[in-house]
Amino acid sequence: MSKIQKHKTLKLSGLEPLVFTPEINFVNVGERTNVTGSKKFARLILNGQYDEALEVALDQVRGGAQVLDVCMDEGMLDGVAAMTKFLNLIASEPEISRIPIMIDSSRWEIILAGLKCVQGKGIVNSISLKNGEEEFIQQAKTIKKFGAAVVVMAFDEQGQADTYQRRVDICKRSYDILVQQVKFNPQDIIFDPNIFPVATGMDEHRKNALDFFHATQWIKQNLPGAKVSGGVSNVSFSFRGNDTVREAMHAAFLYHAIRYGMDMGIVNPSMLEVYDDIPKDLLQKVEDVFFDRHENATEELLEFAETVKKAGKKEVASEAWREEEVEKRIEHALVKGIIDYVIEDTEEARLKYQSPLKVIEGPLMDGMNVVGDLFGEGKMFLPQVVKSARVMKKSVAYLEPFMPKAGDLDYNEEQGSIKKILLATVKGDVHDIGKNIVGVVLACNSYQIIDLGVMVDAQTIINEAVKNKVDIIGLSGLITPSLDEMVYVASEMERQGLKIPLLIGGATTSRIHTAVKIDPAYSGTVIHVTDASKSVPIAGEAISEETREAYHYQIKETYRQLRVEHEAKQQVKQMVSYEEAKNNPVYIDWENYNPVKPKVLGLTELQELDLEVLRNYIDWTPFFSTWMLSGKYPKILDDPQIGTEARKLFDDANKMLDSVISEGWLQAKAVVGLFPVQRNADDVHVLDLEFKETDFSFHFLRQQGKKGKGVPNRSLVDYLHPHQTDYMGGFAVTAGWGIESKLEEYKKNHDDYHDIMLKALADRLAEAGAEYLHELVRKDLWGYAYSENLHNDELIKEAYQGIRPAPGYPACPEHSEKKTLFDLLQVEKLTGISLTDSFAMYPTSSVSGFYFAHPESKYFGLGKIGEDQVGDYAQRKGISQAQAERWLSPNLAYNPSLTVQEN
Amino acid sequence: MNRSELLIQSSKERILILDGAMGTMIQRYKLSEEDFRTEALKDHPKSLKGNNDLLSLSRPEIIKAIHAAYLDAGADIVETNTFSGTTIAQEDYGLAHLAYAINFESAKIAREVTDAYTEKNPAKPRFVAGAIGPTNRTASISPDVNDPGYRAITFDQLSEAYQEQVQGLLDGGADILLVETIFDTLNAKAALFAIQEVFEQRGIPLNPEEGGVPVMISGTITDASGRTLSGQTTEAFLISVSHVPLFSIGLNCALGAKELRPYLKVLSDNAPFLVSAYPNAGLPNEFGQYDQDADEMAGQIEDFLKEGFVNILGGCCGTTPEHIAAIAKAASKYRPRAVEFESIGDE
Repeated sequence: MSKIQKHKTLKLSGLEPLVFTPEINFVNVGERTNVTGSKKFARLILNGQYDEALEVALDQVRGGAQVLDVCMDEGMLDGVAAMTKFLNLIASEPEISRIPIMIDSSRWEIILAGLKCVQGKGIVNSISLKNGEEEFIQQAKTIKKFGAAVVVMAFDEQGQADTYQRRVDICKRSYDILVQQVKFNPQDIIFDPNIFPVATGMDEHRKNALDFFHATQWIKQNLPGAKVSGGVSNVSFSFRGNDTVREAMHAAFLYHAIRYGMDMGIVNPSMLEVYDDIPKDLLQKVEDVFFDRHENATEELLEFAETVKKAGKKEVASEAWREEEVEKRIEHALVKGIIDYVIEDTEEARLKYQSPLKVIEGPLMDGMNVVGDLFGEGKMFLPQVVKSARVMKKSVAYLEPFMPKAGDLDYNEEQGSIKKILLATVKGDVHDIGKNIVGVVLACNSYQIIDLGVMVDAQTIINEAVKNKVDIIGLSGLITPSLDEMVYVASEMERQGLKIPLLIGGATTSRIHTAVKIDPAYSGTVIHVTDASKSVPIAGEAISEETREAYHYQIKETYRQLRVEHEAKQQVKQMVSYEEAKNNPVYIDWENYNPVKPKVLGLTELQELDLEVLRNYIDWTPFFSTWMLSGKYPKILDDPQIGTEARKLFDDANKMLDSVISEGWLQAKAVVGLFPVQRNADDVHVLDLEFKETDFSFHFLRQQGKKGKGVPNRSLVDYLHPHQTDYMGGFAVTAGWGIESKLEEYKKNHDDYHDIMLKALADRLAEAGAEYLHELVRKDLWGYAYSENLHNDELIKEAYQGIRPAPGYPACPEHSEKKTLFDLLQVEKLTGISLTDSFAMYPTSSVSGFYFAHPESKYFGLGKIGEDQVGDYAQRKGISQAQAERWLSPNLAYNPSLTVQEN
Repeated sequence: MNRSELLIQSSKERILILDGAMGTMIQRYKLSEEDFRTEALKDHPKSLKGNNDLLSLSRPEIIKAIHAAYLDAGADIVETNTFSGTTIAQEDYGLAHLAYAINFESAKIAREVTDAYTEKNPAKPRFVAGAIGPTNRTASISPDVNDPGYRAITFDQLSEAYQEQVQGLLDGGADILLVETIFDTLNAKAALFAIQEVFEQRGIPLNPEEGGVPVMISGTITDASGRTLSGQTTEAFLISVSHVPLFSIGLNCALGAKELRPYLKVLSDNAPFLVSAYPNAGLPNEFGQYDQDADEMAGQIEDFLKEGFVNILGGCCGTTPEHIAAIAKAASKYRPRAVEFESIGDE
């Protein structure tokens, strides 16, 4: 007779089983294939180096990981696509796919994508009651249908559980819902009762470890079947940089947590001491802290840690720092971003050093170097660095009048050895937040920044670079036409014989574009910079006399390699002809669909949008990514690493937002237009209100990548009726009016922090305006979804019917269509938003787009298209093929024949 | 007693007998292209010969006769003629639009035949298992060796196709759903997902003990490596599909009874469900034909019976009513595998 232990153990599987038998006392989850936890892995994924990324996974398996955690939560990444691709690749590597997968994401759609790729029984990490029971139940039900185990965070509507009682209450509530309502197998429930840092010096953190231990024990005793997991490295967060103490803490924590019943966890094996090898005195102090054995436990561990770590620099509490030497005071003010005493300290230093220049080169630069180091090590975050720069600028501004002028006795042309970097947003583009951040970060690292601002043409860049003898030129751009402008700048630099290294950065730029398009145009060094923090070492290597030659050859060779690989990939990429693509449109049953006629046809002008209303529509997550803090709002506010900074930033933002609204700093205006249209193949002719032809037509593009069975080659026109009159719309909204005078004020005060903050907020308000308008259109102006009732988080998740793709974005990437939209909606006349030569909108905090209402409407990316479609498109639009190729260059699946730039 | 209860009751009393191969039997009729064409498909541009599922529409009397032959041989359960009844598999013939009809009609005619036999002998009730094949595409294997990340089919596409098949089978009266010949577990998970979606829509409980439509699962160990085509060991396969309260889990196809034995033991030792086996009539010879006769196969199966490995037995490729009769005869001498759920403390 077979004796089966039904539902008595957690069983997982990859290609092979993983059964949590009593003999296994702890299951180790591999954590390096997580873009938020591993910089290296994030870089590989962002660069599309999936082969190397697989190596990381393989190393984890060979290193003893029993479950592989895969996380693709990264702002710059299409998480769904990356998760799908990586898991599909893992499936082809039997040595990796041997073990179960932990699908790790805070985004539900990524979790779903992951579940659809694993044949084994994996773990979803994680769900929680954060957004209430309804979502929790829905997600748990779905996970159950896929047959995965689930990590449940001790998190509810009120936030993360931070006491013993909250942990117990939330876990119990979650468990009861899962087991009783969802009928989830109790063995498949894994709780993460939050491992928080200890020894932070804050009283409320004293019981963090003990509460975790006790909660773990309670869960194991009272919630039959449930398991406990956690991220161990959090516990030692206060001791970052002191690996000796951290490793001891991890080992001791694990030792005790397992005894209290912890089953599995995320542990970096290279950051783990053997419990018995921990020096007894250290162990004693660590355990005193974990168990909160006495009042001074934290103090004693901190003191002990100092003896272990030589380079440790203790924080001086309160105003005590004012007693130190002036150099120390300046450093402290810079690191902490304290602006209050900077003028008096600068004056004191100027008198002491007898030369303003020596103050800059001495204490100021020394202080900024400390800031730069801390930033480089990830111990300071961008918002802090920007505040430091503000202190620095204020000090320098104070010193300027004392500087020697040309003709003075002590005037020195070289002005020391300060290297100069020229920064500019290229012609046609007006976006500068990213460029300004790079400027700040570089300034913190002893570079003098010459910022030419936005919309700078190639000749101005070259002239200024030569005149100022700069060491590096940095180009920035956000919209796709800027990519071509950068190529043009590079080719002009070549033609005019420059040798200055060229840095390329900005949201649409990429390593591969730089390698394929820009690098070949310029014989000097060309380097793509992924984010501000990378700009410092790159600038250093490109300039330094010792390294620059080697660096030049190395980077040229890297880009050459990339070109070769790219070429090879181009040939492999499977495409279908434009004809075939047109024959595979989105299938819509038009027989049974009648287009909904908008209630209000024609233009609707909204002169004064109420910012107080728009505020409720703000999606905060992108706001944080502007500041290089990655994580989803509101979760980011409680993030153990960046939560404090995020919260500070969020408070500052809301404070400013209060003033913006109450003092009327910004005005928001918009126009919406809804029109009857007649589709003709992939074109759309706009009709007037009498349903007669007008001169306006939109031209859409169609995906040409080879699709699997049943997957269409999408085009936005597919959402319009092929024969009958249908309807579409468009809009433009800006929240940028009035911003200039405020920015002027900040510039005068050298206040980059508030400058960037205001721009970021205006961007958010414009996006919020677009969200608000869309709702107005759905419920009122068009009225096809009058009964819709959604919360802001549902709006952010786009849980509604219809889409609003913007010209220049993935579904319709050709920017010049924006011109047609603007003319049709009389945008410039009604809202004042204008278009640059490259179709960027001014003011920059503006959003425009089309409206499609059909329930099947979905966002998608056009991807690469072939020469046949480009030719057809050029003909439809009445432009030359070369012009179409230039406008569509990021989407071309082929290398167009070289043509002379018309400039 | 409703049909699910009746089935569960029967499974406790005896080893249930599943039918044998459909294809082998159809070959005996020496059919031509015309036999596969219904009136509506007279001018269909593609060749339809070999699309056996279509015979449920064009020559239902042949399919009914085959079902009857297996019921005469002693089968308790016959499988519907729907192995390729998904839109995905039918699309190869340009007949995706007929998927629902194929499933509906196949289940309907199978029920007509089994109901007649049940009526004749109520002491031996007969059941219809709606056969859900793997399709000809794999969700976790790339068909292109140069592009391991590529997939010719996605989970969503499979789930959608399976939902349609399940709807047709249930509407036609299938008593059981049998997801079979699983060479890629992800395909099977898509089928299970589809089944759960349809059950949820229709308010059918998932657990057969609660009156749900029983779900059977049968994997395929492709070769002596002991793994599925997609690389899973038998136990990993079992774990991967255990989230649904299955009526049974088992193995079929690819191997003969003798070769199947070690993997069947794994299921017997670990599965909290009934265990099924319907092997091929041995391994194919160099011409791709199966020449293990009924007695030889029954002899090998008797080994499982002695060990008490199984609850449900039948035949796959190359088996005929003669094989099923021999297996039924052997099985009648043994008790079904008894499962005791051991209640150990929480570890």
